[in-house]
Amino acid sequence: MPRIVFMQPDGVRREVEAPAGITLMEAARLNNVPGVVAQCGGACACATCHVYVDPAWSGRLEPREDMEEGMLEAAWEPQANSRLSCQVQITAKLDGLVVVVPRRQAA
Amino acid sequence: MISTILIIGGGQAGAQAVDTLRREGFRGRLVLVGDEPQLPYQRPPLSKKFLSGELAEERLYFRHRAFYDEHEVELMLGCSATRIDRAARRVFLSNGAEIAYDRMLLALGATSRRLTCPGAELAGVHYLRTIADVARIQAALKPGARTVIIGGGYIGLETAATARKQGCVVTVLEMADRVMNRVVASNVSDYFAHEHRAHGVNIVCNARVLRLEGGTHVKRVVCADGSSYEADLLVVGVGAMANVQLAADAGLKCENGVVVDEYCRTSDPAIFAAGDCTYHPSLHYEMRVRLESVDNAFEQSKTAALNMLDRPAVHDRVPWFWSDQFDSKLLIVGLSQGHDLQVTRGDPALRSFTVCYLKGGELLAVEAVNHSKDYMAARKLIADRARPNVDKLADPAAALKETV
Repeated sequence: MPRIVFMQPDGVRREVEAPAGITLMEAARLNNVPGVVAQCGGACACATCHVYVDPAWSGRLEPREDMEEGMLEAAWEPQANSRLSCQVQITAKLDGLVVVVPRRQAA
Repeated sequence: MISTILIIGGGQAGAQAVDTLRREGFRGRLVLVGDEPQLPYQRPPLSKKFLSGELAEERLYFRHRAFYDEHEVELMLGCSATRIDRAARRVFLSNGAEIAYDRMLLALGATSRRLTCPGAELAGVHYLRTIADVARIQAALKPGARTVIIGGGYIGLETAATARKQGCVVTVLEMADRVMNRVVASNVSDYFAHEHRAHGVNIVCNARVLRLEGGTHVKRVVCADGSSYEADLLVVGVGAMANVQLAADAGLKCENGVVVDEYCRTSDPAIFAAGDCTYHPSLHYEMRVRLESVDNAFEQSKTAALNMLDRPAVHDRVPWFWSDQFDSKLLIVGLSQGHDLQVTRGDPALRSFTVCYLKGGELLAVEAVNHSKDYMAARKLIADRARPNVDKLADPAAALKETV
């Protein structure tokens, strides 16, 4: 099963198992990873599951779609490597993926 | 000393309260009573990816069971609260148990409004609010099934889209002259009606359902104009009512829901309420509202949890909503009641546009169709009570956030 690393802004590292087919957001929520709020539950409607993808991985994810792009503009401190974790599907290819949780999420 | 907090209701608000209470350091006894057998779960996907079978039931759960064990949350699922003895601060449950509480959260939710016309009691008349409801609908959701949906609101239209994608032959009967008429502008209604028709859904407006016919199982829907629609599957989505009975029986003040103040406190200082069941003040809009909204349930429940721990917090949100139908996404922020100006940005024919509502120059609400950028910008502008320049607002080339 793919393993995903969630880094907290203070550097605390948490590695979780995530079955292929669920989303990065679900992997965080089901494992009680702090900082991934995911209010809308994965509908791409709230921008509260924002994470930063480790630069080493950014080219290996499917690109952002327009809807996610628009949401991210208003996320808290978006960067080029920002993603809404609800829009990233876990696949075997993402085994070892490292993402950083932002200090806060959009209000 | 607060030793026991009791939560009645296992939906979004109930689940969120558990989370906040433990995160904020509450170490006492925490009990959640939910009348459905499942772990607390998300309802929005029920009419969409759960109905279609894309999402397994486990993916609806907010948390694994292990979370509740680790956080020492006593889950009493599949049972309901039958009576509150406020003087003794005790609640009686349908399974015979009694629980004493120091603070209680009523996260009672809402119930689908039922049809009252003749035939409404026939078998095969479905409502859609729970996993069990969806399981019943799924059993009849087969390619070619003649599917009639009564009500062209969010639930009706989302269900229509899902059923159509499964190959059902779908008719939506809407009483008003346009779909979603209570919640969106007419050009948004038109857009979604067009999308449904383009996908082969038969949308019938001004349809007044007179009766349902069939022996024991519903077979057809008959309308006042004499038209009738054969139904292998019938789903009713005609709104929801706050679950207030438990609160009202206990003498708590109820109007269009359980009445709470901005601290989410009911008329009993030991009892709080959150989510769809509440009739609460909207500080931003200076009126009382009852909202059926994930965001409201989530935020109100967080606020209630803090106040239950005697940490004063105020519920002050601009509400937001969304709906997914076929490949279009409707994003709504704010409440448009009382607007004196309506401005559309963009062209519905281009499948991405935004309707802005203003009152006295202030942006009140926005409905964005396939336009997440406008929607997210509007969330901030509305909260800030922004007064956009109307000419810029009407120009879709100008970013919404740059219109102030």
